[in-house]
Amino acid sequence: MGYVAIKGGGKAIAGAEALLDYLRTEQGEAGLPLDTHTIETQLRYLHSRVMSEGGLYHPTLAALAIKQSLGDTLEAAFALRAFRSTQPRLLESPLLDTRNLRVVRRISSAFKDIPGGQMLGATTDYALRLLKMQLLDESPEQFRAIAKAWLADTPQTDIPDTFPKVLDALRAEGLLPEPQPAAGTPFDITREPLVFPVPRSAALATLARGETGSLLAIAYSNMRGYGDVHPTVAELRVGYLPVLLPHPISGELIEAGEVLITECEVVAMYGKAEKGQKPTFTLGYGACFGHNEVKAISMAILDRALQNGQANGKPQNPSEDPEFVLLHVDGIDSMGFCTHYKMPHYVTFQSDMDRLRTTQQQQQEGKA
Amino acid sequence: MSTATDYPFGFLDSYAKKEVRRTVLKAIAIPGYQVPYSSREMPMGRGFGTGGLQLTLSLIGEGETLKVIDQGSDDSVNAVNLRHFIELTCPSINTTTRTQEATLIQSRHRIPEQPLREDQVLVLQVPYPDPLVIVEPSETRRKVMHGEADYSRLLVKLYEDLVHFKEITISHRYPTRINGHYVIDPSPIPRYDVPKLHQSPALLLFGAGREKKVYAVPPYTLAEPLVFDDVPFRTEDFTDRVSGERRACQRCGSRDSFLDEFSDPNTGGKVYQCSDSDYCTQQQEQAHGE
Repeated sequence: MGYVAIKGGGKAIAGAEALLDYLRTEQGEAGLPLDTHTIETQLRYLHSRVMSEGGLYHPTLAALAIKQSLGDTLEAAFALRAFRSTQPRLLESPLLDTRNLRVVRRISSAFKDIPGGQMLGATTDYALRLLKMQLLDESPEQFRAIAKAWLADTPQTDIPDTFPKVLDALRAEGLLPEPQPAAGTPFDITREPLVFPVPRSAALATLARGETGSLLAIAYSNMRGYGDVHPTVAELRVGYLPVLLPHPISGELIEAGEVLITECEVVAMYGKAEKGQKPTFTLGYGACFGHNEVKAISMAILDRALQNGQANGKPQNPSEDPEFVLLHVDGIDSMGFCTHYKMPHYVTFQSDMDRLRTTQQQQQEGKA
Repeated sequence: MSTATDYPFGFLDSYAKKEVRRTVLKAIAIPGYQVPYSSREMPMGRGFGTGGLQLTLSLIGEGETLKVIDQGSDDSVNAVNLRHFIELTCPSINTTTRTQEATLIQSRHRIPEQPLREDQVLVLQVPYPDPLVIVEPSETRRKVMHGEADYSRLLVKLYEDLVHFKEITISHRYPTRINGHYVIDPSPIPRYDVPKLHQSPALLLFGAGREKKVYAVPPYTLAEPLVFDDVPFRTEDFTDRVSGERRACQRCGSRDSFLDEFSDPNTGGKVYQCSDSDYCTQQQEQAHGE
């Protein structure tokens, strides 16, 4: 009997990798490789999600990550995030004002009539989720005709690029507190570990690249009763945000490009006011790369829940506990640790068996 | 950008490596203290040794000789994977399987059988850096307990074990007090390896990537497993209960190594082999040489 252990690991890995790449190309002669532009435009919500969870706004590499990971969101975000580790931090942007967002969709569930008006944009919110059987064998001609027809039928309108914020109106009425000036430099979670207590900027950054499902699950627990945020969506907007960076030599701010983001502001019931102050509604904020409304809303609720926990001095439920929320929402961390259980644990299990056998023997001897 | 060879030496950008090295210096200066660091994402899963990997990539330089093991074996899947990645991103280093030839050893779950030397560094991969996590889930509260060297709740857990089972049931990751103050989780090494931490000539570094912590047992430092005066620390028992003899490795015949247990497909009985594959091979070579 030879050495049993785990010989030949190298060969096995290479084989498994080759097989995975075969699966990607399994269609064979009839198949066409997915090009990254197709992924970016036809799988745009998947693409959004990967950029946001990967924490890197790079549309082409995000599409590549989706392609090579066969559409696994966690894996794709992971590859993108790992690529990020090879890149130095060169510049810091100033605070970017989302009032300058080039809006493609904005809604408010607080008021029917908001300054600038509701703008539904592209959404499945009111769609019947019926399978469109005609897409099963959609021809390239039919596919192109849809875009052509839509563009032809769309009248020229004078929709402005930017819209006023709903929150500004609430503030003007004294229903919301004035925004606090940001305290110091924002916490950079890519350069500093979370050592609790952490500032709100660290919490927001962690949530912004958190895994959508994880954020949703914890926010949902708050919605269902393990918490009492009871949010109202004051404004949800999707659009392109101009990114300003200081010129490396002159220091003058220049527009380096724009990023698609989703932003959500929720208003929650008022709490006790500080002495001598009028009570006001409270605010929760969510924002992420790409178009991902569930994530932005969940994040806003969690931001509010975490602030509630802090205000009460003690978290009353998991969604108010910064350690519980912030250390468990990262998809790269959690999926990595989950998959690591597939690695060999021979030594530790040998040690476990030793304890169990010894304990069993102890008990037996005790009885005798 | 598209191929691995275009990545910088050691994969990480140089600021990241510098940060890790500064973290290591702090960890050495405060033996057993868990130093937080930012911990970059690596291209393998969190939990697959990314903490150890970041230490290795930040410390290794041209011409150094690296050994990577997992479960004691150089050829286990994860060890191969990590070694391959390090070779890919650090083209001018050497690798070896022989413990005595390595200047830097990255390991998961084992400390090599062969005693380490002063000119060697052992990097251990850590899934859970904090031994207090079994009694206190909140990190904020655990930090206070560590600062005050308050390990009473861990000792209570050990005591409760003795009451319930007449045995301390912690099998691996045995809490160990370093330099008389901080208690560490020595990573999932078996209890058999814990005494090797004590007064080790080699620098022992512990990297937890997901939990973003680095800690160290510097050379020649006290490392004492947490026990009671009247209950001695016990390592895994490889005594054959029938013959009363210590079991031997069926390959090299060693009677003092940590053993893996297998079922013999022919006889259905149990057979034992060294978990440290390099040690086993070298024992055999010596036997043949004589």
